Amino acid sequence: MTAEVAKFFATALTMAVGAIAPAISIGIIGSKAVEALGRNPEAESAIRTTMILAIAFAEAVAIYALVVALIIKFV
Amino acid sequence: MEEGQKPHISIKAEKIFEIFGLSITNSFLLSFIVFLIFTLGALIYYYQSKSKNKSSFYYFINFIVKSLYDLFYSVLKEKTDYFFPLLASFFIFILLQNWSGLLPGVGSLLIKVKEHGELISAPLFRANTADLNTTLALAIISVFLSQFFAIKYLGFKAYVAKFYRLKEPVSFFIGTLEIISEFSKVISFAFRLFGNVFAGKVLLTIIASLIPVLASFPFLVLELFVGFIQALVFSMLTTVFISVSIAKHHLEGGDKNDS
Repeated sequence: MTAEVAKFFATALTMAVGAIAPAISIGIIGSKAVEALGRNPEAESAIRTTMILAIAFAEAVAIYALVVALIIKFV
Repeated sequence: MEEGQKPHISIKAEKIFEIFGLSITNSFLLSFIVFLIFTLGALIYYYQSKSKNKSSFYYFINFIVKSLYDLFYSVLKEKTDYFFPLLASFFIFILLQNWSGLLPGVGSLLIKVKEHGELISAPLFRANTADLNTTLALAIISVFLSQFFAIKYLGFKAYVAKFYRLKEPVSFFIGTLEIISEFSKVISFAFRLFGNVFAGKVLLTIIASLIPVLASFPFLVLELFVGFIQALVFSMLTTVFISVSIAKHHLEGGDKNDS
């Protein structure tokens, strides 16, 4: 395996592995938010704000992986 | 892909020219323009608020500021008035910087610059939040201010007691961890904003280089949304951290709502 091929693999694997956990957690957050919305629909705006914040936290992990992948690719 | 068609992606902002040895990057250039517009808008709003007949611009800004106030009020309650200028500035500044990166011409206008003795083409403008220096600066301001307000509201003694308590020896270990977590907040703030905006820029560049016509439109709309959400997340997280750091009940060792 040459250095260039290793770089491609590293980029792809960083993104692929790094996206697993955030994807699952965003799914959990979304499903719980919908559940909460079903139980008390009048709290919609509060639930939405909290959900978006929580999703941003979970998504940040994927973004770190993305930044690392971009650094591997372009630097 | 051949060398000539390769989309130009650089993880750092390029230097455009120098003034007295101070290098001016392309992100600084766009940031300065946005900053001027921001200041101008604020001045117009200020003078309109004093005059008798107000324009629709005034009411539009008023509407935005009012919705922001309601949003922060839901977290900070009666302390909102004190922190509102800081938080709203964070939100509007980041929002304008994020959206300025989506304007036509930003990233696509190229000029020739000299770097390490060779001539390369670099974009004239670059979204300011797609530059790690800016996001790091914003993150340091945000985290430093939350510590500053904690000292101001609680007093220095109570602030130290948040980390280290003589009665609980275990707090010397946990307090050290909490200090580290304060520093990691800076990194997480900075990389979250930088990563989102920079990833959006890369996505738009690559889509535009694959399919030049119309295909990037849905992604442009997505980036508008992401820019808004990231501005909201940055200011909301700052709000939450400030409200946690100035809360008094945290001192009594009741760390059960700590996340």
